[in-house]
Amino acid sequence: MHEAGYNFAYLDEQTKRAIRRGLLKAVAIPGHQVPFASREMPLPYGWGTGGIQLTAALLGREDVLKVIDQGADDTTNAVSIRRFFARTAGVATTTRVVEATLIQTRHRIPEAPLAEGQIVVFQVPIPEPLRWMEASERETRRMHALKEYGLMHVSLYEDVARHGRIAKTYDYPVMVAGRYLMSPSPIPKFDNPKLDRSPALQLFGAGRERRLYAVPPYTEVNSLDFDDHPFTVERWSQPCALCGATDSYLDEIITDDAGTRMLVCSDTDHCGARRAERPAEECTP
Amino acid sequence: MNDTATLPGFADPVHDAQRAFRALLDALARPGRIHRLPPPLRAVPGLGPAAAALALTLVDFETPVWLAPSCAPAAGFLRFHCGCPIVTEPEQAAFAFACGFAELPVLERFALGTEEEPERAATLVVEAAALGEGRALRLRGPGIAGECRTHIGGLDDEWLAARAMLHALYPCGLDLFVTCAERVCGLPRTTRIEPPCAPAEA
Repeated sequence: MHEAGYNFAYLDEQTKRAIRRGLLKAVAIPGHQVPFASREMPLPYGWGTGGIQLTAALLGREDVLKVIDQGADDTTNAVSIRRFFARTAGVATTTRVVEATLIQTRHRIPEAPLAEGQIVVFQVPIPEPLRWMEASERETRRMHALKEYGLMHVSLYEDVARHGRIAKTYDYPVMVAGRYLMSPSPIPKFDNPKLDRSPALQLFGAGRERRLYAVPPYTEVNSLDFDDHPFTVERWSQPCALCGATDSYLDEIITDDAGTRMLVCSDTDHCGARRAERPAEECTP
Repeated sequence: MNDTATLPGFADPVHDAQRAFRALLDALARPGRIHRLPPPLRAVPGLGPAAAALALTLVDFETPVWLAPSCAPAAGFLRFHCGCPIVTEPEQAAFAFACGFAELPVLERFALGTEEEPERAATLVVEAAALGEGRALRLRGPGIAGECRTHIGGLDDEWLAARAMLHALYPCGLDLFVTCAERVCGLPRTTRIEPPCAPAEA
């Protein structure tokens, strides 16, 4: 049961209805940012208010919710958002990707493949990929209307000229269905290929900037690049120190004051599941 | 006219609307798939159960509604439950309800959105003669892995050609929900019905 005194999933029905209409239009125009009347939430902007409002509009009693923050289920943001919906909607929560029907995420896409019927809600700080190059909202809207994305290519080219490669490592810009330039939210570029033709529905919410957008299932999502500087993802020279994975995104953890470091999976559920599958003696780093 | 105002809406307004929304979202995100919506408690004259459920889920004072002649009896119901303005000009409508594709005016009369604000386009809700049977259609576009098939009754070549004309205006366009009794299928503006006259296959 959800806590008395609130509507189911916290938001009032009229707000949910407006967000729902926005989400349907966002799905119909993949990658296009739809404005919505973002509400004050009981946590500050920057803590996932956009994602929370989308989740509140989506959530039903039968849903199983997973919330991750930088891949981890057990960090402050993830724990408090999960608890928020457990209290205000009374929904079941999980840390397992396979069990979840709705996954709210900050800055990662789970390593485990997503399935049809799952919805991923991304928390987005700056929805406008052109914002750092063009401060005016009026101008960036015009650029999207005209599909005028030269500025972004120039920015990536300047990287190549200065550093010899495209230096952007997260929030790496993508083209959706060949039409809209889109910010994938600050996920590492490692996760960009997972956006492409995903069987899951991917929704993006920016609370402070009051924008939502969507990538429907099986929709082409291409990371921008150049013929002579193709898009590549991060690689590590070592496997995960805990589970031995060589194909997951690794975080560097400093383990003592002497600066000892270890590389471990950023996706805690993925890492934990891999360790649980393997005999104990193999798991020691 | 106002008789329908006294008819009840959803049995459970919060959770029925949520279930209906998720079905509509999945219908639009995966064009061609047929979903079932929770119907209102009693039949609403002028609207099928799915169309009425869609209205209860998405329509309110911010979204003017245009009703084709055979949907007009539902005006009282919509005014009472949704609080929406009923408009007579298609261009003013955010949602348009019709029974059969022949009841729709020329599609360009609806709001198609603008290049900067394509989300301002209207959503059409059309009650079809059949869904899941009838004319076979091949669909391509976002939300579809490769291509898929669906069956909609009562669609003619002329209407499909008129809809196909709107593709050139993308990102402007019209989003369509085809309803039939309690079932619904979504056809967003990005879905290409190719070729429009695909031969019916088993």
